Amino acid sequence: MNKKKLLAGPYLLWMVAFTVIPLIMIAVYGFTDRTGAFTWENVTAMIRPEHMKALWLSLKLAFLCTAVCLFLAYPLALILKAKGVKKGSFVVMVFILPMWMNFLLRTYAWLNLLDDGGILCTLLEKLGLARFSIIGTNTAIVLGMVYNFLPFMVLPLYNVISKIDENVINAARDLGANGFQVFRRIILPLSFPGIVSGITMVFVPSMTTFAISDLLGARKIMLIGNIIEQEFSTAANWNLGSGLSLVLMVFILISMAALSHYDKNGEGTSF
Amino acid sequence: MRVKKFFSQIYMALIFIFMYAPIVTLMVLSFNENKGRRWSGFSLKWYGELFQSDMILSALGNTLLIAFISATAATVLGVLACVGINSLKGKARNAYLALNNIPMLNSELVTGLAMMLAFIAFGISFGYATIIVAHITFCVPYVVLSVMPKLRQTDKSVYEAAVDLGAKPVYAFFKVVLPELMPGIVSGYLLAFTMSLDDFIITHFTKGAGINTLSTLIYSEVRKGIKPSMNALSTILFVSVLILLCAGTYGPGRKKKTEKREKVK
Repeated sequence: MNKKKLLAGPYLLWMVAFTVIPLIMIAVYGFTDRTGAFTWENVTAMIRPEHMKALWLSLKLAFLCTAVCLFLAYPLALILKAKGVKKGSFVVMVFILPMWMNFLLRTYAWLNLLDDGGILCTLLEKLGLARFSIIGTNTAIVLGMVYNFLPFMVLPLYNVISKIDENVINAARDLGANGFQVFRRIILPLSFPGIVSGITMVFVPSMTTFAISDLLGARKIMLIGNIIEQEFSTAANWNLGSGLSLVLMVFILISMAALSHYDKNGEGTSF
Repeated sequence: MRVKKFFSQIYMALIFIFMYAPIVTLMVLSFNENKGRRWSGFSLKWYGELFQSDMILSALGNTLLIAFISATAATVLGVLACVGINSLKGKARNAYLALNNIPMLNSELVTGLAMMLAFIAFGISFGYATIIVAHITFCVPYVVLSVMPKLRQTDKSVYEAAVDLGAKPVYAFFKVVLPELMPGIVSGYLLAFTMSLDDFIITHFTKGAGINTLSTLIYSEVRKGIKPSMNALSTILFVSVLILLCAGTYGPGRKKKTEKREKVK
């Protein structure tokens, strides 16, 4: 029986070698300067106004994106539950299948729809509505984020909600609860693990994206992800980039740890 | 009740449109004669050009090869890990599950950067190997998360019965436990494959010069405008996966499988 434990050995080695050690390397780079001497400077650089501005904007957009995803996904999960488990194929069809078309390309396709002179804009113009272009605005970025990360909200939510026992809901109804009460007292609390895991899986990538803001922000809008990426690619200041990502990482880990407090059994994280 | 049903249909349709609007746009544009977004007539020339573009074809080859190797390795590693972790209790088990969560919580940006720095620090040169190692690392947790619940559902006594009847543990595992895990393993594998295929950020940081996957090729082309032959390729890929999926869902032999699975449940 004890031999079984050894099967986790390769995994343990792998994860230590390729997640724990690299994270230590980020810390090493983050706390040293180019000459290798210890410094706080890269970490405290986060409070520089241009970085704070980007961090605040990222936080705002990520929060907005997470909220929109939650409000779009929750009714969908309820509808899918009402339609019966067999509709699980709908979920795969609508949310997993698009991933086979490259995400950058799909995001780029929104440009064709939303840009000035794009398909949607031309259509609205022909209908006599105002001429508009949202490319290069925060709205476009949030739309791109919601489009890309909605599946990560729907999957855990659907997973948890579809498992809620119909009998519990019927019992509540028999005891005289109305629709709202059933939702508030039964469905919502039971779906909490799914909500927590959905929020995690949407908030983290939208907080740190740089590709979506690059494509839909017309390179005018700098999120914290863009700043870090540029420190590595164009500015080539790896120490500063590491310092900033270290702060970002700690920030995310703390907020997610606070959140995961509500999902102790990890129920929401299974697919 | 009917009103409710009507609204839920509309809602599902709207979500569907939202998810597929850009995909349909790309598909339509892949048949456009013009390079831009203005429609100027039906043409197959981008499809012809696609098969002459070594750059796109080699990127496609890289993408598929990397996804195949990473998903396979991640699945083997993940299934072994699940069996191991499942035999643990208490703190050790929680420590493993926390470890498993690191790549998922730690945004791709930080994971990618961290790996890049580690490869540099240890003097490993960038190439296919670094991309594959990185992909395996972020795919394993998905496999573990897909297989773990299935493993918890399996009845331990069936395995014990097999061992009592004289089966060697390894044989009993392959004959009794593995078939029950299969749905979880398959969905974990497909998830890992899809994630690897669609990944941009981690590949961006761990690839060597001169090696491109479709993602990184597209990213580098955004500035000068993406070639419509890329749209053509995506259309082909997407339609072939759609056909495979439909064949899997509605094709022969499917019904038996679902019945069987229902019984197991």
